[in-house]
Amino acid sequence: MQISHADHRAQLSRRGFVQLLGAGLLIGVSDTAVEAQSRRGGRGGRGGFMGRGAATVAARVHIAKDGAITVMAGKVEAGQGARAELTQVAAEELRIAVDRIALILADTGLVPDDGMTAGSGTTPRTVPSVRAGAAAARDLLVALAAQQWDVKSDSVQVRDGRITHPQSHRELTYADLARQSDLKPFAQPVPAGVTVTPVNEWKVMGTPVDRPNRRDLVTGAHQFPSDIARPAMSYGKVLRAPSYGAKLTAIDLSPAQAMKEVAVARDGDFVGVAAPTRFLAEQALAAVAKTASWQTVPHPSSGQLFEYLKQHARNGLPANPFADELAKAAKSLKQSYHIAYIQHTPLEPRAAVAEWNGDKLTVWTGTQNPFGVQNELAGALQVATDHVRVIVPDFGGGFGGKHTGDAAVEAARLAKAAGRPVSLRWTREEEFTWAYFRPAGVIDLEAGLDATGSITTWHHVNINSGPSSMNTPYRIAKARSQFVQSEAPLRQGSYRALAATGNTFARECFMDELAAAAGCDPLEFRLAHLEDARLRAVLEAVAKRFDWSGRVKQKEPGIGVGLACGTEKGSYVATCAKVAVDQQQGKISVRQICQVFECGAVVNPGNLTSQNQGAILMGMGGALREQMRFEGGAVTNASFRTYLVPRFRDVPELDIHLLDRPDLPSAGAGETPIIGIAPAVANAVFFATGVRIREMPIRLPVTNARGE
Amino acid sequence: MGWLSVGPGQPMDAKLTFTVNGQKRDVTTDRDRPLLDVLREDLHLCGAKFGCGEGRCGACTVLVDGQRTFSCSTSVAEVEGKAVRTIEGLAQGDRLHPVQEAFLAENAFQCGYCTPGMVLTAVALLENNPHPSDKQIRQWMDGNLCRCCTYARILSAVRRAAG
Repeated sequence: MQISHADHRAQLSRRGFVQLLGAGLLIGVSDTAVEAQSRRGGRGGRGGFMGRGAATVAARVHIAKDGAITVMAGKVEAGQGARAELTQVAAEELRIAVDRIALILADTGLVPDDGMTAGSGTTPRTVPSVRAGAAAARDLLVALAAQQWDVKSDSVQVRDGRITHPQSHRELTYADLARQSDLKPFAQPVPAGVTVTPVNEWKVMGTPVDRPNRRDLVTGAHQFPSDIARPAMSYGKVLRAPSYGAKLTAIDLSPAQAMKEVAVARDGDFVGVAAPTRFLAEQALAAVAKTASWQTVPHPSSGQLFEYLKQHARNGLPANPFADELAKAAKSLKQSYHIAYIQHTPLEPRAAVAEWNGDKLTVWTGTQNPFGVQNELAGALQVATDHVRVIVPDFGGGFGGKHTGDAAVEAARLAKAAGRPVSLRWTREEEFTWAYFRPAGVIDLEAGLDATGSITTWHHVNINSGPSSMNTPYRIAKARSQFVQSEAPLRQGSYRALAATGNTFARECFMDELAAAAGCDPLEFRLAHLEDARLRAVLEAVAKRFDWSGRVKQKEPGIGVGLACGTEKGSYVATCAKVAVDQQQGKISVRQICQVFECGAVVNPGNLTSQNQGAILMGMGGALREQMRFEGGAVTNASFRTYLVPRFRDVPELDIHLLDRPDLPSAGAGETPIIGIAPAVANAVFFATGVRIREMPIRLPVTNARGE
Repeated sequence: MGWLSVGPGQPMDAKLTFTVNGQKRDVTTDRDRPLLDVLREDLHLCGAKFGCGEGRCGACTVLVDGQRTFSCSTSVAEVEGKAVRTIEGLAQGDRLHPVQEAFLAENAFQCGYCTPGMVLTAVALLENNPHPSDKQIRQWMDGNLCRCCTYARILSAVRRAAG
């Protein structure tokens, strides 16, 4: 089913839907029933497909008169599996084959505002909403059949998109339903009493449904945001400051203005060009960049990062509230962990194509936040929100790094100046320098043990990196966790699992140190303090699969094993690692990872395995090699040559086990699988070397003193 | 779709001829333009992608006279008279290349941005070495990045295609 991108209206009217998708049945969902993060009152009211008004209803399911089914959702697809999952759950409730459903994602002109694609929210929140919309359509089909055939609803069956009355061999399809509906507006939101399929009756959910448009990925047919081409399109580039905080004091635009077919835009410190080829745009920009004078400001360097964060902690560092008890403890321990700045580095840099049609703006861009970017564009370009349409094609990775509309705003500004559509894509250097980073942090932990080796008090202070997974899941009578803000030298934002990476690292490394102080095995120590049944389950399962108790007895030179566990966003993970360490060279190789993951009832085991594999390998980067280096207000390792992400050579043996809990609600899984790898590796490094590394990335001092 | 009229008028323009996916193409453009840009902007073959611009990620991989090549770091002048193959030229109509089939069978992608580069890199390997060892596959593919980190399944796909 083709959706024309020629329609520039910001929000389709009902008639627009009819024109686009054909007459038929539209099932709506109200703003309050979805995770709408953009509340627009008054002048900017968006209004959904039924027009403006307080109770806006957006379209969730459309059934055309020929039976074609379209489902609409505000989530995006960036490799994390939303397209397969949302198609799959709609197919389940509609009782129809997956390939009969066309899923439109993340077009603000067509879909409900389901909120940002972040926070592992698609599974727990958007899936129920899509299921309810699809189930409502199924219920309507049942009601139609019951009425037409004058039979009871429970005497009919829905299967393969048809409803049958077995006794009388009568049959109706969704096409028949749509033909009945004609143009009667379906103004109410999905009824509250809609029943979705119970887990023990799942036929499609719970199976590994493939990504529907995967063929287009292997043929190169899929158009990523950076592939979108519009008639008469130019390529844009924006002038970047030489360092953070630098102000433009003088510039001569005439070298670019003199170039044929190059448009130049300036608005204060914003300077950009648009040209018929990217090559020419680069040349034009380089020509003006040469003439620019900047006033730079001092900026801390990464070498001073952790001291800087501590010194600038807002309201100082909090004292341990349990200091008195700690003084009386049989043993006490205090450690400080350092977490570096890292970046998401999605393979597709942020990119946008912006096109104006009068005062209406359409932007294709890769963002996790389509409606947020719609607002951002409206504000930046001074137009009404309902004059802006954001379309998010399935794009090349987000990982928490594409929440903002930087490229979208830049493309829109240049398109306005150039009077033609502009495609703008950041370079990798721009990504490394001007996109945002996972916050760095200093994490201080202090705990006491009694004579039996039980933890008595626990104090966790996170400076700057964030509060996710800050609270300990272990049973400790006196525990306190605090997040302290600081002055951040780099632009900060979300990252996969946010600070749960750093906080889980610090906690799980510290737990191993406490275990050693208590003379206890790391697994036994954790289990002795663990009442959370779901966390116990994954920890015990991974220890068994990995043969923890057998392996800890093996003393192979240079080989170490370690474990870690944690919970975040309603899911649970436990990880065992086997590493090989060459202390002389300071090299750590991960040989094997065993991970057990539990997120309630598993919706798509294929994608879930994929997310676990991907998160583990991605996490290896943050665990072992990734860190931003900056000096003089600029990133000094702004390249894949010097910022080392995981590659094929790094892939260990992977054993991933999904612990399915059909009795529990389904939680999201895009983030939590990453949090166990770094601490498991650090603990394994200790096992192999007797050396505790309390920083991410985990780096061994090189014993032959060659220095860094 | 697409408009391009750099035209004669830009001082460094030259007329260059090479084949792309078996078809002879004439391009008039600056000799120093990256092949990647010419493929994407002039010839509307967007399968080859920009990932880093410095030959460190493999997203821009194409085959030039059978050799795996980073098109971001190759000027269009360098392929004059040569045969360029892109992802768009692998399938024969509806019949996918065995490497493409293997990637589908193993679901060797998540976001898919690295996929064209990965597929072509694997094609180059198998055309030169039809039965590589696991170690050879890993070493050969190491020049390509996957940020979704689908590495394990990509290795399975290449093994599968190698048969």
